[in-house]
Amino acid sequence: MTLAVGCRARPGKSRDNKTGSWRVFKPSFDHEKCSKCGMCRTLCPEGCVHENAEEFFDPDYTYCKGCGICANECPKEAIAMNLEEK
Amino acid sequence: MMEITEGSHAIADAVRLCRPQVVSAYPITPQTHIVEDLADFVANGRLDAEYITVDNELSALSACIGASAAGSRAYSATTSQGLALMFEACFNAAGMRLPIIMSIANRALGAPLSIWNDQQDSIALRDSGWLQFYAEDNQEATDLHFLAYKVAEDVKVQLPVFVCFDGFILSHTYEPIDMLSQEQVDKYLPNYNPAEKLDAKDPISFGMYATPDYYLEFRYEMDQAQKRAKDVIATYGKEFATMFNRDYSALVEGYRLDDAETAIVAMGSVCGTVKDAIDEMRDAGKKVGLLRIRVFRPFPSEEIAKALSGVQRVAVLDKNISLGARGGATATEVRDAMYGSTVPVKGYVLGLGGRDIRKKDIKEIVSLSEKGIGDQFYGLRKELI
Repeated sequence: MTLAVGCRARPGKSRDNKTGSWRVFKPSFDHEKCSKCGMCRTLCPEGCVHENAEEFFDPDYTYCKGCGICANECPKEAIAMNLEEK
Repeated sequence: MMEITEGSHAIADAVRLCRPQVVSAYPITPQTHIVEDLADFVANGRLDAEYITVDNELSALSACIGASAAGSRAYSATTSQGLALMFEACFNAAGMRLPIIMSIANRALGAPLSIWNDQQDSIALRDSGWLQFYAEDNQEATDLHFLAYKVAEDVKVQLPVFVCFDGFILSHTYEPIDMLSQEQVDKYLPNYNPAEKLDAKDPISFGMYATPDYYLEFRYEMDQAQKRAKDVIATYGKEFATMFNRDYSALVEGYRLDDAETAIVAMGSVCGTVKDAIDEMRDAGKKVGLLRIRVFRPFPSEEIAKALSGVQRVAVLDKNISLGARGGATATEVRDAMYGSTVPVKGYVLGLGGRDIRKKDIKEIVSLSEKGIGDQFYGLRKELI
């Protein structure tokens, strides 16, 4: 990657900023407890929780900052935040 | 064409000939005549530009930043408190690498309130990334605007420029000016055609966010652009000299310096007085010369070290003071340029807030430097302190 003169950027550059590296606590999703309500996807500030083929939800760890909002808001307490060893 | 005109009128005329597409400025003494003239030019159709009236100087430079990012040649002018209010926008304009030109009619900064000349305002922004040119007379103040756009817009530089001239001393003084014609300026200065600009059909953002992984490198790139500007100034200065017979290719200019024992270093209009004082001292058998700094950013360290290598002592005049440091900015940086040399460099802070600097003051400073007395204010009224 080279620097753009004047720190200029085309749209979509936020995809290059892999915010997953900021994470301290990593969410783990327990599909056994999940009711598929989708609150985690709706409330994720990074927009990185996606629905999978079985209609359960999984985070994209490339961008998940580990903020924990999904775990706090989950009505089924199906999301656990665990300290991530790097 | 030769004409007798006020510095501000000549500068406004030069700016008109540069064909800026956007002018945004807020009137402030002693810059006012420049922006009044430009408003007239736009109103009566002599300049095809958008004149954006604003509520203050921060808005003025911000409007220029937007205009320049959108691909327009942008111009502003200010001084003193107005420039201070632009502080944040100055760093942003440079960081976004926008070739805005701003005329600075140098004036003291408050408090205490002073509308009179010194060079504290632009010197206080020496770390902002803008190139800084200082004119000795109105012909030079006028011509430096053409050079400034040419240098700023070069792909190797892409940085904004302050064209500085002493408030009142130059801005309000009538002098003979050889004003270029529109045809001549058009030949020297082509239209601004940036590689990237704001465009709704091809979106781009300027001055984005840099994490600690990238910020340091952006500042390095700006520093490199400042250093590259030295050659660019030389190239376009020579081109100007070839076309119009006035040479601004050198960052510093010597006057009777070749066999000088004492070298005075100064910037701006005081150099005219210094040259007259040198002529009189030479007639009296004193070997004194002047090294005038025309370009303060990029700072010509190597050029200064080379030019002053043969003298016995250096006296630096500063119309600014870095309070709490060892004198003014010029003395500090000249001393740094001379580091490792045995030539003593003494600084003299004088002329602040419009205090006159006369030939006898220059002679007195030369005497002080011969005695090794310096790094002090000169001309203090002892009865007041």
